[in-house]
Amino acid sequence: MAITLTDAAADHVKGFLANRGKGIGLRLAVRTTGCSGMAYVLEFADEVDEGDVVFDDNDIKVVVDPKSLVYLDGTELDFGKEGLNEGFKFNNPNVKDECGCGESFNV
Amino acid sequence: MALLQISEPGEATAPHQHRLAAGIDLGTTNSLVATVRSGAAAVLEDEEGEAIFPSVVRYGNDGVSAIGRQAREQAAEDPYNTISSVKRLIGLSAEDIAASSASMMFQLVETDSTVPRIRTDAGPKTAIEVSADILKSLKARAEQSLGGELGGVVVTVPAYFDDTQRQATKDAAKLAGLNVYRLVNEPTAAAIAYGLDRQETDSTIAVYDLGGGTFDISILKLERGVFEVLSTAGDTALGGDDIDQALVSWFVGEHDITVGEDAALQRSLLDQARAVKHQLTDANEAQFQIEYQDKSYCSSLSLETFRSLVHVLVDRTLKSCRGALRQAKLKKTDIDNVVMVGGSTRVPIVRQMVSEFFDQDVLTDINPDEVVAVGAALQADVLAGNKPDSDMLLLDVNPLSLGIETHGGLVEQIIPRNTTIPVARAQEFTTFKDGQTAMALHVVQGERDLVRDCRSLGRFELRGFVPAVAGQARIQVMFQVDADGLLTVSAIEKISEVHAEVQIKPSYGLLDAEIETMIRDSMTHAEQDVAARMLQEQRVEAERTVAALDAAMSRDADEFLTASEKQKILDAREYVVQSGKSDDAEAIKNALRELESVSEVYVARRMNASVGETMTGKNIDSYQKQDNPS
Repeated sequence: MAITLTDAAADHVKGFLANRGKGIGLRLAVRTTGCSGMAYVLEFADEVDEGDVVFDDNDIKVVVDPKSLVYLDGTELDFGKEGLNEGFKFNNPNVKDECGCGESFNV
Repeated sequence: MALLQISEPGEATAPHQHRLAAGIDLGTTNSLVATVRSGAAAVLEDEEGEAIFPSVVRYGNDGVSAIGRQAREQAAEDPYNTISSVKRLIGLSAEDIAASSASMMFQLVETDSTVPRIRTDAGPKTAIEVSADILKSLKARAEQSLGGELGGVVVTVPAYFDDTQRQATKDAAKLAGLNVYRLVNEPTAAAIAYGLDRQETDSTIAVYDLGGGTFDISILKLERGVFEVLSTAGDTALGGDDIDQALVSWFVGEHDITVGEDAALQRSLLDQARAVKHQLTDANEAQFQIEYQDKSYCSSLSLETFRSLVHVLVDRTLKSCRGALRQAKLKKTDIDNVVMVGGSTRVPIVRQMVSEFFDQDVLTDINPDEVVAVGAALQADVLAGNKPDSDMLLLDVNPLSLGIETHGGLVEQIIPRNTTIPVARAQEFTTFKDGQTAMALHVVQGERDLVRDCRSLGRFELRGFVPAVAGQARIQVMFQVDADGLLTVSAIEKISEVHAEVQIKPSYGLLDAEIETMIRDSMTHAEQDVAARMLQEQRVEAERTVAALDAAMSRDADEFLTASEKQKILDAREYVVQSGKSDDAEAIKNALRELESVSEVYVARRMNASVGETMTGKNIDSYQKQDNPS
């Protein structure tokens, strides 16, 4: 399994990275917080830490720490619009249920 | 599924913790809202992809019937209920408005209130309420775009806005249900958008803002992360609309058309002028064409002719630039960066002429319509706490000096203009008369020495302190200006601890042109002011001396003075009183000196007597004992 990006997500990440002027790619993680157990972390990555797994998809490096990978493996990162709002979406096959707003989830 | 944004490493916020923040450019003609997402600041668009929100509100019987673009399009149908350019009124009193050109554009309701109201079908509306309706729409757009409630906003205001205009803007935001993190000056926001606040070295920045109906030039100085507005100048009736008007005049002249009162014709001429102007941004020629009374008129406008038409207008802005530089005591070569703001700076000839004037490339990379909102969004993001290392703590300065009236109608400056805000300054004052138990405090704003030449911001009284001899009471007056440039004045009498306070509330304000005039006047009238101050000081001195002399003479004149000595003093006193009525400071001074010399004997005798009184019957040892308590 791996972590993948849709074309829309990859385009936006490229744009944001270019605008920021530095960074090797994207870091995905989960942490135990939020209203329904786990929450996603989506950050710019400036370095790869020891033990990190690096995926390369659609010309974007995605860095994930091994602990988070357990919850994230198979995830597809998408970029979408809901009305005027726009942002990144995690299509995560591991998720059993999530809180109403979708910012946190359970496996 | 929630939509997520990318954070900086280690700065991802917990769910529901990320505070949504936006920057709002509340403009005279158009407004915008912007935010920072995934590290990039961008303006927010409506459903139709339009970022620009015309600052126009139309009122019907049940309140707002149309707003923004829709209201602007309907303006001709219902001109009296369609309010535009309300920013020209905010924070001004009815008298201010009557004295300005803005009075032509609005129908004001007659009221006793100091806050003017505009007549609409939805009832009388204040400028604050109309602005709040615009802000409400922008808030709704931001919350839809961000998918949550806004934690707070940064709203921009012109650099020349005074306290009441700033307070009124803040009140409008509050009325719209917005939490205002801070008001930021428009030119400062533009400089932030270009990242000029993060330069290593100190720099001087000129912000050239040519909007639809107004022109502003601001000279900013950035020193250790603090923006200081060195000077502002401009023209409240010069902008892109004048370019359109110039094109219409040219076309009408070419074809000998009489426009008169025909609103439809005026409108189509202006629409065509705007289209031609936009075409000439990248073309060398454009067709000016209208249908009128079944006839078709057409002219081709070359870039050269366009240049010659616009040249005159740009020259007027450059004159203001020269004025702003002069006021800031700078040369063109002192300017490190020139930031272009406002849609009209897209016209290539404008850019070229400004670039030639400052002899450098001007900054035009960021959309000039959006640059102010983008800067405000960057600032809002920092203030929302989304960036822990908020190295960008933006500071501003107060535009005009703040002070208090002292005896004789003189101004004592407490916070000089261009002081970095937030700031608190205290100064001690005392009483003028014996037994005084109250003091009237009059807060004024301006650069002149006499109260009547400055602007009154507010008055309050400090009452009920312990009576004492003149000059003994200690009254501490504290001026506090918060980060938004809003003023609170408090006074405390230190012995009895009586306390009073006033907050400067919006009731009236100054037009930007008047602020400029006030600052300019303080320069041109400098000599006159010094003379006026000297005269006033001598008059106060004369008054005080006469009062003290009268108090003493009524008690013991006959005891210490012979009839002829007494007469001499009374003559000199009369001379002081008479010269006090003249406008000659020197004469009052001489009269006072004369009075002092003739009353020397009297003063000496009184002094001896009082010393004698205290010491009589006391042993010299008792003094020594007091000196050496051991």
